[in-house]
Amino acid sequence: MKISVQAEPFDYGALSNEFAQGHTHVGAVVTFCGIVRDDELGGLSTMEIEHYPGMTEKAIKAHAKTAKDRFSLAEVLVIHRYGSLKPGEMIMMVATAAPHRNDAFQGTEFLMDYLKSRAPFWKKEIVNGEPRWVDAKPEDEDALSRW
Amino acid sequence: MIELVYFAWVRERIGQARESHETNAKNVRDLIEELKQKEERYAVAFSDLNAIRVAIDQDLVDMDSSIENAKEVAFFPPMTGG
Repeated sequence: MKISVQAEPFDYGALSNEFAQGHTHVGAVVTFCGIVRDDELGGLSTMEIEHYPGMTEKAIKAHAKTAKDRFSLAEVLVIHRYGSLKPGEMIMMVATAAPHRNDAFQGTEFLMDYLKSRAPFWKKEIVNGEPRWVDAKPEDEDALSRW
Repeated sequence: MIELVYFAWVRERIGQARESHETNAKNVRDLIEELKQKEERYAVAFSDLNAIRVAIDQDLVDMDSSIENAKEVAFFPPMTGG
């Protein structure tokens, strides 16, 4: 498992390529990246991501381990950024490798659902110059019930 | 003495990121009550407990969890990662 919580941008293409190579017992790799989205027609200037150093790594590691065991994943990669991001920038990525594609897809979705509402990150949007905290959505919490 | 840490709008409403706190509370719920009695800014931050999440020593817990062996208690809003 590789987990990184970082301020710096990451190279999604290079990391995905590297992740997909060197396995002989893996039949499927799924990669996902999350991008800062402007729902405000150009109004979003910045997204600030705060986190809880220490707990963040601990929580991601625990969920990655659960995903690995539950979906028989050969390998898991999670990168999540914090700090000040602009629309279009990549916030995070997840990659999973498994013998079969269904496990790789499900492992990725499981991790995404858990990272969304169980990893200690908080987003603050600066929209038209005004800061506002992004509220958690009830459907994000509901998404956990399917697992 | 325990360390209290705050994140996101909980931190903003309380006006600081961390503090040391002498407590008589046995669990999280009592600790919050104790803080609310202390000053108005805590009462504002903790006015809706449904919007508060808690971690003890970096593990998520619920409001009725014991804080007796806690070193660090963190308060924050529901998480918005991903």
